[in-house]
Order: sequence, then C-alpha cells, then structure tokens
Amino acid sequence: MEVKNASAGTLESGDILIQIFPSEAEGVQIDLNSTVAYQFGEQIKTVITETLSGLGIDHVAIKATDKGALDCTIRARVTAAAVRATGKDVWA
Amino acid sequence: MFVPGNNPGMMQDAFIYGPDSIMLDLEDSVTMAEKDTARLLVYNALKSIDYGNTEMVVRINPLSTPYGKKDIEAVVKAGVDVIRMPKTETAEEVVEVEREIEKVEKEIGCLGRTQIMAAIESALGVVNAYAIATASKRMMGIALGAEDYSANLKTQRTPGGAELLLARETIVVAARAAGIAALDTVYSNLNDMETFRKEVELIKTLGFDGKSIINPRQIEVVNEVFTPSEKAIEKSKTILAAIKEAEQRGSGVIAVNGKMIDRPVVLRAQRTIDLAIASGVLTKEDLQ
Repeated sequence: MEVKNASAGTLESGDILIQIFPSEAEGVQIDLNSTVAYQFGEQIKTVITETLSGLGIDHVAIKATDKGALDCTIRARVTAAAVRATGKDVWA
Repeated sequence: MFVPGNNPGMMQDAFIYGPDSIMLDLEDSVTMAEKDTARLLVYNALKSIDYGNTEMVVRINPLSTPYGKKDIEAVVKAGVDVIRMPKTETAEEVVEVEREIEKVEKEIGCLGRTQIMAAIESALGVVNAYAIATASKRMMGIALGAEDYSANLKTQRTPGGAELLLARETIVVAARAAGIAALDTVYSNLNDMETFRKEVELIKTLGFDGKSIINPRQIEVVNEVFTPSEKAIEKSKTILAAIKEAEQRGSGVIAVNGKMIDRPVVLRAQRTIDLAIASGVLTKEDLQ
C-alpha cells in the first residue's frame, strides 16, 4: 500500500502526535519519545504496531511523541495518521 | 456536559466530575481539518473508556455535510447511547438520521439500540418542535441551542433570557406532549455563576428536565437547583404513601393533613421523588 508523509495528534497532555513516513525497511520502525517511556514504552509500541497491522500497513517509519495518551487515544491517532497517509478511510 | 471530541485529555477525565450525561462533540468544537481525527478519537474512547452509568451522547455533524454519515457509522458501531442532531428544523431530518442509524445497526446486529436527541436552534425548528419530537420512536429528548437560535432571530442573548422565552416554552410543551425530555441550552460565561444560577432556576420553573453545561464547575449549581428540599421530599413521601394505602383500600379520594390529594398533586410528588433519586439524596431502598 502506498504511503505518504502524514501526521495526526497534538502535544497536549493526554494526547500523542503520530508522524508516519514511507520506509524501504521491512516492518514498522518506531521512534518513541514519551514522558512515560520507562513504564509504558513497550506497551505504546505494541499498540502502534498492532493498529497498523490491523490496517494492513507495514514498511513505514513512525515518530511518536507521547504526552501520556491512553491506548484508545494511541489507536485513534495512529489510525488517523494511517488514513491520511494512504487515503484509504476506515468508514464506509 | 459538552466535551470537545478532539480533546483526549478532557474525554478521559470528564466522567470524574459526575455529570448525568457526557456529550462528545464532533460538530462546532471541531475544525473541518480535524473532523476525521475527532471521529476516530470519539469512536475509540467510546469503545474503551469505562464511563460507568454516565449516559453517553455524541453530537454529530449534519447529514447535509460530508461528515454526518461517517459520524453515525462510527458512533453507532462504538455503542453510543444517544446521537444528538444539531440544528434540527424538520421531522424529515430526524427520519433521515434514523434511516442511517438503522442501516448501521442492522449491519452489526443491534437494531433499535441507539436513541436520538434533536437540538432545535432556529425559528423553523421551534415552529416544528412537536413534529420533530414525535418523528421517531427513538426520540428521547429535544434541546434548545440558544446561540444559533438567537442569531437566527436577529437578536442576541441577554441575562434575563427574554429572547428565548417562546422557544423554551415551546420546547417544553412539545417534549411533554411527546412524552420525552426537554433540555435547556448552555450558559457560556463561566465567570458569572450568579446569572447562571438564575437561568437554571428559570428553566427548572419552566419545566425543563436538565441543562446543558460546558464546564464541570457548573455541575454543582445545576444539582443544587434541581435537588428537591428535604421538606419537599418528606411531603412527597407522605403523599405517595397515602395514595398507596388508599389504593389498597379501594378508595379513590384521599386527604393528607386536611388537604385533598388529587392526580396533579400525586404527579408532582412522584416527580419530586424521581428528582431526589436522580440527585442522589434518596435511594429506592429509602422508599421501602
């Protein structure tokens, strides 16, 4: 699936900014910057990877700047960035 | 309580303040550039966050915009309790929204689950209030949206609210005739709690069931105004107990403290008890 540069989210408390870029490398590369990376870094990366996988997206690089987002917010922001990057909506 | 649908921090914290209902907004508080992201935030929040017994409402964009249909699909799939239609002017608009809801509900196998609330925000909407209120069996309430309504009337809001009186009374009458809830508009000046309190007292007197708010600071005032006094609760309990006893005896007419109790008095007493339970100052067990 063709992917363009795109982003979704903000740097406000409780949110996460997801930037998505096309990549030649295999799989999903995640560059995570989070105030809670020590406790939740792996969990955040898992949610990002699973969300992209559910949308059939790989070969992308993700820059994630987290401000304490819940999993549901991470899923929403990753999905929004992916929809913007591919032009393929999740709604009918 | 209105919560912008593009603010995850507010969406995750809103229920902590104990509003009866949380209204996640996809319409006016979200810019056109962020409609897609807000819809996904609201969908994922509804699917994941445990809001307990709080009634969950989403204000969607009108079906006349490119966003309305997708909003309905997302929030119905997420299991929202109530869809709030903005700027409703005719019964046909309600029927159209109902059709879209049904389409999604059939797809996911939950036909009839989603209720509808219509916001009336124009002169035409007020004229058609009863038709709107009875347009669908899913209708649970009609609400006044005063900012747009005032602009449509070519006037502005005043502290006394004279410009809203006809709309408010029409909405309460239409809601009562239809057997659904009447909900009042927001008051936006958070620095003037005195005028806010007067407005809540006014709309309670007019017969509204509740008031829309924009900040947790307003919850306490609404609860204080709508919570019946201890004296009123005791009086209502006495009336309802007397009626129950009379019914068991097969007697239709009763008196409490020398005053005849007829049907309107009983209905008012029941309303007082319902409000006391909703306000949390009385439990159903207290009535046993």
